[in-house]
Amino acid sequence: MDEKITLDYGSGGLKTSELIESILLPAFKNDALSRLGDGAVLPGSDKLVFSTDSFVVSPWRFPGGDIGKLSVCGTVNDVCMAGGAPKYLSLSFIIEEGFSFQDFRDIVSSVAEEARACDVSIVTGDTKVVDAGKGDGIYINTAGIGFQRADLPGKESIRPGDAVLVSGTIGCHGAAVMMARSGMLAENSPLRSDCAPLHEISAAALNAAGPDIRVLRDPTRGGIATTLNEFTEGMPFSIELGESVLPVDPAVEAACDMLGLDPLYCACEGRMLIICSPGSADQILAAVRAVPGGENAARIGTVTEDMPGKVLLRTPIGGRRILAKLTGIQLPRIC
Amino acid sequence: MLYDRWFKNPEDVPLILEKIRKYSDRTGPIRLMEVCGTHTMSIARSGIRSILPENVQLLSGPGCPVCVTPANMIDMVLDLSQQPGVLITSYGDLLRVPGSKHGDSLLSRRALGGKVESVYSPMDAVRIAEERPDTEVIFLGVGFETTAPGTAACIQEAVVRNVENFSILSLLKRTEPAIRSLIEADDFAVDGFLCPGHVAAVTGANGFRFLPEDYRLPGVVAGFEPADLLYSILALTEMIASGRPDLKNEYTRLVRSGGNPAALALIDQVFEAAPSDWRGLGLIENSGYAIRKQYEKWDAAKKYALRPSEPKDIPGCRCAQIIRGVMRPAQCPLFKTACTPDNPVGPCMVSGEGACAAAYQYGE
Amino acid sequence: MCLAMPMKINKIDGSSAECEAGGLTQNIRIDFIKDPKPGDYVMVHAGFAIERMTEEEALENMELLEELKNAL
Repeated sequence: MDEKITLDYGSGGLKTSELIESILLPAFKNDALSRLGDGAVLPGSDKLVFSTDSFVVSPWRFPGGDIGKLSVCGTVNDVCMAGGAPKYLSLSFIIEEGFSFQDFRDIVSSVAEEARACDVSIVTGDTKVVDAGKGDGIYINTAGIGFQRADLPGKESIRPGDAVLVSGTIGCHGAAVMMARSGMLAENSPLRSDCAPLHEISAAALNAAGPDIRVLRDPTRGGIATTLNEFTEGMPFSIELGESVLPVDPAVEAACDMLGLDPLYCACEGRMLIICSPGSADQILAAVRAVPGGENAARIGTVTEDMPGKVLLRTPIGGRRILAKLTGIQLPRIC
Repeated sequence: MLYDRWFKNPEDVPLILEKIRKYSDRTGPIRLMEVCGTHTMSIARSGIRSILPENVQLLSGPGCPVCVTPANMIDMVLDLSQQPGVLITSYGDLLRVPGSKHGDSLLSRRALGGKVESVYSPMDAVRIAEERPDTEVIFLGVGFETTAPGTAACIQEAVVRNVENFSILSLLKRTEPAIRSLIEADDFAVDGFLCPGHVAAVTGANGFRFLPEDYRLPGVVAGFEPADLLYSILALTEMIASGRPDLKNEYTRLVRSGGNPAALALIDQVFEAAPSDWRGLGLIENSGYAIRKQYEKWDAAKKYALRPSEPKDIPGCRCAQIIRGVMRPAQCPLFKTACTPDNPVGPCMVSGEGACAAAYQYGE
Repeated sequence: MCLAMPMKINKIDGSSAECEAGGLTQNIRIDFIKDPKPGDYVMVHAGFAIERMTEEEALENMELLEELKNAL
């Protein structure tokens, strides 16, 4: 029978040490962590970028990834979007009593694999176990530290005429998770989460035209429509997207048609929005497309000034509509 | 496949618009109504309002099943969700519809411990009932003629498989009596109808002949892609301008004149026409589908002796007028103030297909 | 009301069929489709095929709209 994690493993006693020494330490081996102090002592004197995020995705395993991979990519990406080169991560688990040991091992190994791929070290962490019924299997929190690579000027520097780019197809994570949650994904489905680290893609964009980039952002919850609204809100400019140039995977389009969702509002977990000067757009696109995972990067819109504060979509028939922020939760609809 | 790119990305849009303008210059201001929530969504998402001539106004009628279900029926369902051992299943957007009390929905009841699940198909609800023999699974069957045959098939499936812990509360509605009631109301002011293409796939395009024949109103059975919308609006404006109302079928790749006989037969086996209460329109004879007596073991209304409470209005909410097309969402005092998609007061703000939610999300 | 999408039938098993759109497959009930065959297109609503569609009819529909545009 599959072994289960019990409350004892979060007691701080012998069982906790067993968990740390048998599963966690071997997976993340590094000097800072091996000391098992209350915190990690790290070298460095540059300007730091610091970010944190919590992960509660359900189901925890989804097509294209799992909560372990997501918890590394999510924080790595946040550090990258703030202009940092990610270096160290903390890792905290909140596990519901009864969670399978084997599943926990799988999650830990996908954290380790992803951390290696991103070249970040897990240097400190924590494990808690809560009573059955008080959690949804497993939750993870990660925090990340990186060294500043670029000092991005932020949304205040955005000017009418600037270009809006995206590093790949949109809405894959949201659509895949919604389909998985509805039990509607067949085996070998081509619909997969885009969950991936952005450290190489963001570095490529910054290397290509760093000073011309106003802002980077990964459009997670609420999708690109919601994220772009965060740029325009209260600002003297608008953003207009072209529906016919949006990169949307056919499987995402089909899933959205089935569930009555809009890809513009579905989360991405491995994509990056770039707002840059109009002259640098082609150069940045070429650099991003050269990185694996950036092949479908596209210019999707322009910063305008005719409806300040708004995000607009130009439809294929030449109509125009407002893209508001996502409201409420996205529920599959049929009627 | 099926030339869908052509329908999504029609050619010659400026030419079509110019022709619509030519006719609408002759008609003066006209009001076209769709009676299908999916049309509401397609119209909003295509941005078509922003390119149509000013004379052509598009209105949303009673086409969102979630919106036309009256508050007292929702209250009844909310009470049902509190019964021990009961699991309520339905389509996603019904879960957020408030009853007569602000903020009281199946979703909020779930947060308080009520057993509620959203399903994609009513067949999923039958499966859940088979998997959990100790739970009484109730499926809330909302929808129109498009949804009725599938719901009927589920009842027959439950009979064949002898799933006794499954029942359906039929909130299903019939389109024609509601449109007639709307037209016969004193404040009716619509010049033509975009007829619901997926309803017509089941009932047949001829099911809307009553528009020109009984009321001298033009109708076009319309699909849901931008090309479908543009051409249907062109056909409607031409018929209004020429004063020759007729029924046209623009959606011939799906809709036959006699509909789908097998689906109609299935509806007839399981359901019978019954009076039904509509938000905004009141009680309309023959406008609902009740489960026939021979299937009453699977009829949640019978099984739980359900009776809606007295009709109640939601204070301040103008959904009733908006559903009839006599008021626009922006004219409701609660629109965008007390009533938002995050915190809906009335049903038209709940479903993405509701007129108010569409107006909020996509701008008017 | 009535969100629906066209899908293509891959395999038939009694009153169910594996249908495909955009590379995604779903089990769809085909209770009221007459003589369904693999390769047929159907319009799917809430897990049920409500009507059959064919490429010829889609092409005819396109031509119908072109004619409408030229006539009006």
